[in-house]
Order: sequence, then structure tokens, then C-alpha cells
Amino acid sequence: MRRRTFLKVTGMAGILAAHRAPAFAQGTKLHVLRWNDFIPACDVELKKQAVEASKLLGAEVQFEFINANDLQPRITAAIQSQSGPDIIHMLHNWPHLYENGLVEVNDLAEWQGKEQGGFYAQSEAYTKVGSRFMALPHSIVPGLIAYRKSWLDEVGATTFPKTYDDLRAVGAKLKKKGHPYGQTLGHTFGDAPAWAYPLLWNFGGMETDRSGKTAIDSKGSVEAVKFMQAFWKDACDEGGLAWDDTNNNRAFLGGEISATLNGASIYIAAKRGQEKIKDDKGEPLVRDILHARLPAGPGGSWSYHTAFAHGVMKYTKNVKLAKDFLKWFHGAGPYGRWFEVAEGFSIGSTKQWERAPLWNTIDEPMKGFKTAADNSRVIGHAGPPSGKATEVYSKYVIVDMFAKGVQGTKAEDAVKWAEVELKKIYG
Amino acid sequence: MGESGVKKPIAGGAGDAVGAVALPHPRTSRPARQGAMLENERLLAAVLLAPTVLLLGVFIAYPFVMGVWLALSSTSVGNPGQFVGLKNFIKAFNDSIFRTAFWNTVWYTAWATVFKLVLGMWLALLLNRNFRGKRLVRASMLLPFIVPTVLSTFAWRWMFDPTFSVLNWLLYRTGAITTKLPFLSDGVYGMWCAIAVNTWRGMPFFAITLLAGLQTINPDLHEAASLDGANGWKRFWNVTWPLLKPVTLVVVVFSVIQTFSDFQLIYVLTGGGPANSTHLIATYAYQIGVATGLLGEGAAISLFMLPVLFIVVWVQLRYLRRLENA
Repeated sequence: MRRRTFLKVTGMAGILAAHRAPAFAQGTKLHVLRWNDFIPACDVELKKQAVEASKLLGAEVQFEFINANDLQPRITAAIQSQSGPDIIHMLHNWPHLYENGLVEVNDLAEWQGKEQGGFYAQSEAYTKVGSRFMALPHSIVPGLIAYRKSWLDEVGATTFPKTYDDLRAVGAKLKKKGHPYGQTLGHTFGDAPAWAYPLLWNFGGMETDRSGKTAIDSKGSVEAVKFMQAFWKDACDEGGLAWDDTNNNRAFLGGEISATLNGASIYIAAKRGQEKIKDDKGEPLVRDILHARLPAGPGGSWSYHTAFAHGVMKYTKNVKLAKDFLKWFHGAGPYGRWFEVAEGFSIGSTKQWERAPLWNTIDEPMKGFKTAADNSRVIGHAGPPSGKATEVYSKYVIVDMFAKGVQGTKAEDAVKWAEVELKKIYG
Repeated sequence: MGESGVKKPIAGGAGDAVGAVALPHPRTSRPARQGAMLENERLLAAVLLAPTVLLLGVFIAYPFVMGVWLALSSTSVGNPGQFVGLKNFIKAFNDSIFRTAFWNTVWYTAWATVFKLVLGMWLALLLNRNFRGKRLVRASMLLPFIVPTVLSTFAWRWMFDPTFSVLNWLLYRTGAITTKLPFLSDGVYGMWCAIAVNTWRGMPFFAITLLAGLQTINPDLHEAASLDGANGWKRFWNVTWPLLKPVTLVVVVFSVIQTFSDFQLIYVLTGGGPANSTHLIATYAYQIGVATGLLGEGAAISLFMLPVLFIVVWVQLRYLRRLENA
């Protein structure tokens, strides 16, 4: 073999021409595990970005998408076996639970926060363990109540109910007309906690006190469960006990329910499929959908919006590559393109994205998502974010407290049951 | 063996005749040594057993010992943990959800096994008769058993869907019900749905095994019983059943083990819900150990299956041995 041919074949010619070695060894792969987005076009966009990133980084970037409910088992398996994806999607406050399996990303968080106008408090609280960012905040999926305007009009509700009591009264009328409210109380990652936690807070209940000790046994918690029992019977589709995060989407788009707490995916699916998805009058269903915030209770009008982040796994041999990728991926260019495709379903983890051009052209019913994240509390409230709060979330204790209530357990007993479960965790 | 060094006549040659071709002196060769080793029965047994022992050790014993160690430790995700003795077992015992899961597992196993046995026996008796298309029916009967559990359970989950259940639609259209049945949104209904799906899936295994047992029964015995005036029921009870008992017991043992440790079906159908009311030991152990990351507690929960299964299998095998000796 001639010297020239050898250099060409081994790729050394390029290196010599560039006067520097490639950043990463040839054949290096970066495996990124994320949820299956409720807006499928977002995953299509990410696949395009993977090709782009591969060229820029000189390493093969691969996305893998799985059901969000399967992410936690995958993370456990990956950390215990010390092998698997290099970067994993972190929802809620999971970085607190998986702290020991993650690489600190303070440098990236400092860069992103500074460049993009600062993080929302929720995004920071969920990823920052003590003084260390254990994952890089990416986005928030806000939950608002999607409702059928015409059906609410029919029962005399020209605006969406502002209090839980009004919601129950309107919901009861709707259910009598065959249009119940749809709410899951199942073991599912998003919609169930997004309803259950604020319901507890808005009636004055709390999981722990400020010091992090169990404080659920209170009048507020009992009142919240009592409301849920009555609301369930009077206004809800009682099949919701077995729903996951997709059931309410299907039920709403199928004309089975009048309202449901959800991300913007219902509206976006109805808009993108308006040729097929029609209301009972044959008109595109999307024209009859509006959004509203959760109503207020005696304890306020708080919400819970699901925060998303990316964690670099401690076992990966590609820490630098993973961090380089995240800096590119969370940067204004690629993130902006993905943000546009999400069309308001996902909003930024930093405040800069409130000023994105998307909000100037977005449909009127979608505008509420722009600032939805401003009234979010964090799970474990009123205590500090912690791995214990993640454990409570992962065991669905708060969701099950309400589920037990609607299944016939006395409100006081359901709260007592939750207290026993919480004390096992918080002590 | 032991022939090394012994001068052998050359085939077709002149034996020890003068002028015979001088062969190289045979060394104490490797094949000869191997031959000697193979003559040693103990060594041969050890060599033949080694791969199996290795496989059992790596894939059965090691995970089991690891499981026991985890159950006795405070290991959680990313945290190696410390030895905590029986703390995890005591915690599980005091856990109301674990107690529900335990009794659900017993209930689920008992009813599913009874249904599979009764329906499987009935099916086997039917298939033991001669009729047209017998082979096709026998082959198609195995379909529920062949289709992957996750796939078939997804189909059932759609049929029991809280909003779009085809069964509810059918019952409503035929006037059998006026409101939807809460197939998966009520714990009691959910448990019976799971039992029904398990029966549907496991019945072919019972039927095909019992059918194999039925075909070993000499038809002369039935003929003799008929001549003595025994009707169908008496022939079954006094001829078929006693001869089928050993096979039945083996099938039941297998089924109890599989059903008691069932995971996929409940995980896909109900996920243990609503509000933990349909958890089995395996699904609850997964929820605690893998989804929540409390590996020690999850391992302790799953180990509760061991003594129960051990007792069931021991009693049944003892009974089987008594039957064989009788």
C-alpha cells in the first residue's frame, strides 16, 4: 500500500489537513433516551436534529423514544447495570431521586440560565440538588383544562368555572347531558399528579411542612378528598380510575367528555387532524376547544406543570460529548426549531421563550400556555424538593389518596392512609 | 484402554513376522490419556454436568443469591446500601398494599387454576373424540398460548377499555346493560377481568396436556366399563380421572407456579390499579423495586413468593409420589 493510499483509507489525511485530531473517537455513539412526545412531529424534528448534531460533533447521535411511564424503570435498570443511554430524559423532580447516577452540570446550567433569561423556579428546584444542577432543564409541559365551549354554553356556563364548587355544579349539569368531565386517577406520570397535587394545595392541604415533615393530616386534605368524592360522582366519567395519560385525549377527541386537564396536545391534534376530527355538528372540533386554568379553592389557585430536563448519566464514558451535545441541543437555534414544532405544547424552562415569535401568531385558545408555568408549586410542598418527594410521587400516594376516596373509603380514612404511607417515607 | 505401548499386529500384515514395517514408537499420547479419563465415571459425570451447573449457577443461583442479598439490604437506585436484616420483610408485612397484593395473588392463582383445570379438562374430553377437522381445531386451540402475553393482553385491554369497550358496547346494544360496566376502573371487576384473561390464555396448556394424558388411556378399559353398565359420568370418574390424576397434578403444579408469579398480564391490563387494588406480588415488587428504585424493599416483596410456592409444590409432589407408589 502506498503511503498516500494508507492515509486516505485510515482517514488520517483529513486529520493532517485540519491540523488537529477529531474531538471524539471514530464510531463514538451518543444514545439519548426521551419520552414519546405527545406531539409526534416533535420527535420527527429531533431525528432531523440528530443527523445535524452527528455531523457537527463527529459522533453518531441516536434518539430513542419510549412511553413516559416506562422511563423510571429504564433509569433504574441503567444506573444499576451501569450501562445504557448516555443522556436520559428526566421528568418532574426525578434528578433528586437519581442524584447518585447523574453527572453534575452546573457549567451548562449557568450558561443556559444566563443566556436564556433565567430558569423558572420550578425547573431550577427540580434539577438543583443542594447547590448542584444534576440535570439540565429543558422544557415544561403546562396543564390547562381543555373544554368544549358549546357544551358549557348549553348549560349556562359562558365562562369556565372559577372555583371548584362552580366546576362541580357545571360538571353535574354536563354529566346529566351525557358530557362528563374526564379525569384520570390512575398510576400515570402526568395528568393524574397534575390534578391531584393542586387539588390538595388548593384546599389548603400539604404533603409536608416547611421542614419536610409529614403534614398531610389536615382539614384541608380531608376537604379536598370530600370534594373529589362528590365531584367524581356528580360530574366525572367514572372510568377515569383506569385511565392513563392518553385516555382523556382519546375520550375528548371522540366527543365522550366535555372537559379535561391536559397539555395542549388535544387542541393541537384536533387542529392538525381537523379534516377528520369533527364535533357533533360536523364542524372541525378544534373550533370548539378553549383552555382554562384550574379553578380556585380555599387555599388558592395553584397548578402543577410537568418539568422536563436531560440528565447525563454518571456511567457514560462520553461525558464531554454528552455535555457538548446538550449545549448545542439546548441552544437557541436547535431548541427554537423544536419549540416552533411543539406549537405551545412544550414551553421553555427559561423565561426567554415567553418572547418567542411563536406567541405572536399562535391561535387565541393557545395563548394561555405562554405564561402557564407562573403558578406552579413543586411536589413535596411545603417542604423542600427532595428524593423523598420523588418517592411519594413514584408510589402515587397523593393520587391514590383521592382514588381511595372515590372508591368509597371515607375521606378521613383516605387521608389517614396517605399519612401512614408518607410517614414511612418522610419519617 | 491401557493399551499404550503394546505392540499391535498391523492389519493385513504379517503380525510379528520378521521384516514387518517398523512403526514409530507410540507415545503415551493425548487421546490415550483422554480415553483413560473417560473411563473414570466420576470424572466423566463431572465433565458432562459442568456446563449445566455453570448455566444454573450463572442464570439461576447467582440472581437468586443476589435477590436474597438485596432483600436483606437497604439498596436503592444508585446507592449500594447496607445490611438491614429482616427490616424490609417486616416493612412489607406491615404494608397494607403488600397485604392486598398478597391476597390478590392467592385469589387470582386459585380461581384462575380452577377455571383452567375445569375448562381445560372439558376441552380435552371434547378434543379426544373423533370429528372432522379435529387436527385443525387442536392446532387453533393453541393460539392463545402461542400469542405473546403482552400482545394478547393489550387486545383485551382495548376490549375492557373504560370509554370505548367493545364489550360494553355489545352488552348495551343488546339491552343487557343500561350503564357501562367498570371492567378496569373497579378493583373487583378488574381482578375478575384478569382472571378471565389468564384463564383464556392458560386453558390451552391444560387442554393439550390433559389430551395427551387421555390418549394414553387404554380404550379397552372404557369398553369394559361400558359393558359393565357404567354411564359416561361413571366412566369418567372411575376410569378416566384416576388414570389422569398424575398428569393433572403436574399441570396444576406448573400452572400454580406460573400464575402465582404472573407479572405481564396484570402490568399491561390494570398496572395494579385502580389505587393498587389489583396488584399481585410480582407487579407490586416491580412498582417498589424498579419504578420507585427501592431495590431492597422490592426484592423482599418478591421473595415472599418463595415459601408459598415451595409449600404448594412440595405438597403436590408428595401427593404425586404417593399416587405413583399406590
